[in-house]
Amino acid sequence: MNGEVPASEQGPGGSGRVRAARGDRTARGQKGATGAQADATSELAGAMSGGRATLLGPDVVVCVGPGGVGKTTTAAALALRGAKDGRRACVVTIDPARRLADALGTRHVGNEPHRVGPPAGARGWPGELWAVMLDAQSTFDHLVGRYATNEAQADAILANPVYRNISAALSGTQEYMAVEKLYELQESGRWDLIVVDTPPARHALDFMEAPRHLIRLLDNRVFRLLMAPTRAGLRAIEFGTHVLLRTVAKVAGGQVVADTVEFFAEFEGMEDGFRARAKRADELLHSGRTEFALVCSPRRDTVDEALFLAGQLAGEGFEVDKVIVNRCYPLYQPVSPGVAEGLAESPLAPFVVNLEQLALVASKEKEQLDRVTGALPKASVYRVPFLAREVADLEALAEVARYLDEG
Amino acid sequence: MEPLSFFSQARVLIVTGKGGTGKTTVSGVMANLAATAGLRVVVVQVATASDRLQPETANLSRLFGSDRALAYDEMALRVGQADGEVRARALRPDTALVEYLHLHGLRRISRRLVNTGALDVVATAVPGMPDMLVLGKVKQMERAAAAGLARAPELILLDAPAAGHAVRFLQSPHGLLEAASGGPVRAQAEEVVEMLSDPARCQVVLVTTPEETPVSETVETAQLLEDRAGTKLCAVVVNGRLPVLPLPGGLGVDDLRRLAAGAGVTLGAGDAASLSAAGRLRLLRQEAQAAQVARLAEELPLPQLELPFCFSADLGPEQLEALTGALRKAVASWEPVELP
Repeated sequence: MNGEVPASEQGPGGSGRVRAARGDRTARGQKGATGAQADATSELAGAMSGGRATLLGPDVVVCVGPGGVGKTTTAAALALRGAKDGRRACVVTIDPARRLADALGTRHVGNEPHRVGPPAGARGWPGELWAVMLDAQSTFDHLVGRYATNEAQADAILANPVYRNISAALSGTQEYMAVEKLYELQESGRWDLIVVDTPPARHALDFMEAPRHLIRLLDNRVFRLLMAPTRAGLRAIEFGTHVLLRTVAKVAGGQVVADTVEFFAEFEGMEDGFRARAKRADELLHSGRTEFALVCSPRRDTVDEALFLAGQLAGEGFEVDKVIVNRCYPLYQPVSPGVAEGLAESPLAPFVVNLEQLALVASKEKEQLDRVTGALPKASVYRVPFLAREVADLEALAEVARYLDEG
Repeated sequence: MEPLSFFSQARVLIVTGKGGTGKTTVSGVMANLAATAGLRVVVVQVATASDRLQPETANLSRLFGSDRALAYDEMALRVGQADGEVRARALRPDTALVEYLHLHGLRRISRRLVNTGALDVVATAVPGMPDMLVLGKVKQMERAAAAGLARAPELILLDAPAAGHAVRFLQSPHGLLEAASGGPVRAQAEEVVEMLSDPARCQVVLVTTPEETPVSETVETAQLLEDRAGTKLCAVVVNGRLPVLPLPGGLGVDDLRRLAAGAGVTLGAGDAASLSAAGRLRLLRQEAQAAQVARLAEELPLPQLELPFCFSADLGPEQLEALTGALRKAVASWEPVELP
């Protein structure tokens, strides 16, 4: 309906990428172009990197992991590494810390990718680094606009209070929109590496299943009945459902139920577009062009959660390609026998105590790392050491990126 | 302050903070200290509507030496001792909805309703309701505690969702009050708001680590919680602070070897390099943490309770004992601060 090429027609690996890099953006009338000159440059770079990209890795990297382990930072560092490798990389961040958002320049820009330049005085990258901060609400609005059959339908849906609830607060909406944004960026052909951060989750499938979430909601029996409130339909509503709806009506007024019915009635006819797009996004995630990076820290609880996520991914046919373990204490070489005892009463005693303490925690962390490598023997594991300062600027990101180099 | 007085400030303490700062650990340590002071404590782990699918974990149980994941029914973590008890349970919006329906005469069909996605319907129509149902359950436990019912807990520690979600979670009853004009849910929302805004019944403990981003987000969360949920902030726990070692700065490898020689020890190049590099990292981290603790004190006028970093990657009974001792000391010098 709008010139999209289904993922299945793009072919596997490199050929799809070269096609994407050639960019049928103009044919598609893609919005958000960044000026003719930038376009020409990136197309040239894209054509060049398109051929190399197969050597450099996947088109899409999805970072998953528990909260508080540095997932957003890792996603940004992976994109920066891509830019350093000459790729046109874009990172999709979700709720980054303020200073990181400032460093990426995404704090005050909208829902569209924004080009990140090297810090003043620093050398640039052969490729490009772009960043976008996910705005779930406007991504959803955009999608409604796209699949509405006419403007009146779009306006009616956008103004519906139940739609506002679904797009702003429904569980899984943020995940769904992250996948949607990823698909939109990938489809535009402007980037040859897209790294996407995901909301913290113990349940990785929240993200993987996200495109199916709305479909599931639309398929919900209760909603189906709401969408067809005919006499027969009403009779079919069980007593319990009926009471539940009455309760909902009592809680928020009959208007809410009326709005819900209206929303689903308005949505009629757009379902197919959403369904087809969700399917293609799903195919992208399942294709060989998407890689999964599991991010954790070397502590028992986050390793447990990370391995639980990996197990769930495996159950859905996804394999974890990279494991990034952040904030590891360095593995210092212990001092020679007798040195610790000899220095116990000297001014150097605190240095000895410190080394013992840090070595102790590093050895405990090593046990956790071994659990990761034991459970995921095929994944490449990257240890990112505890950096002395907060990773909140491009320089620090570059330092992290160095630890993510292959080999 | 004695632990007993500290934990008698409110019947419900809501523990929240940025993900990864140790909310669950702090909940466990607080529960353990309160139990040593003779209280019957229940730790309640909650999931928000948006993460209702997340599996309950055994992180809290493990502190107490058990491997069992929490469940809806209370589980004993520390019982049979001369002083108090610690029990724990997990509450999820779907179970709270089932219970709510039970109480409203819909017992027979409630399970089936939830299984067929009624929670989605409710969450779609009234987004704050699943969270509010969980808070309603907590309020019910608090009422039982207030009434001094036999076997009712004397202290409820709510291991709440991570900071950003916590604001939405605690705001849910306020949102419902705006949406609902009457009925049983409105009544429940009113009662929950009453509990949240009564400092004798409910206060918030914020958890952070002495690092830049967690401190910034803690300050923001504190302001949002006060403004939007109207809940009194009791203290901020600074978790994972490295014990401060008196390491002199500016010493290079050669200085270390010279000082060692003075103590009659010949330091090899490798030994000196290890000691020097580890010392440098520790000093930088100590200084950075001290700066963040100072910034936190400046930006958030709340009493701080400090818990040390455990040189371990796994927290069990041994760490629980050490942290409980540290919290006892921190509480001893704790003074409530009246906010202007």
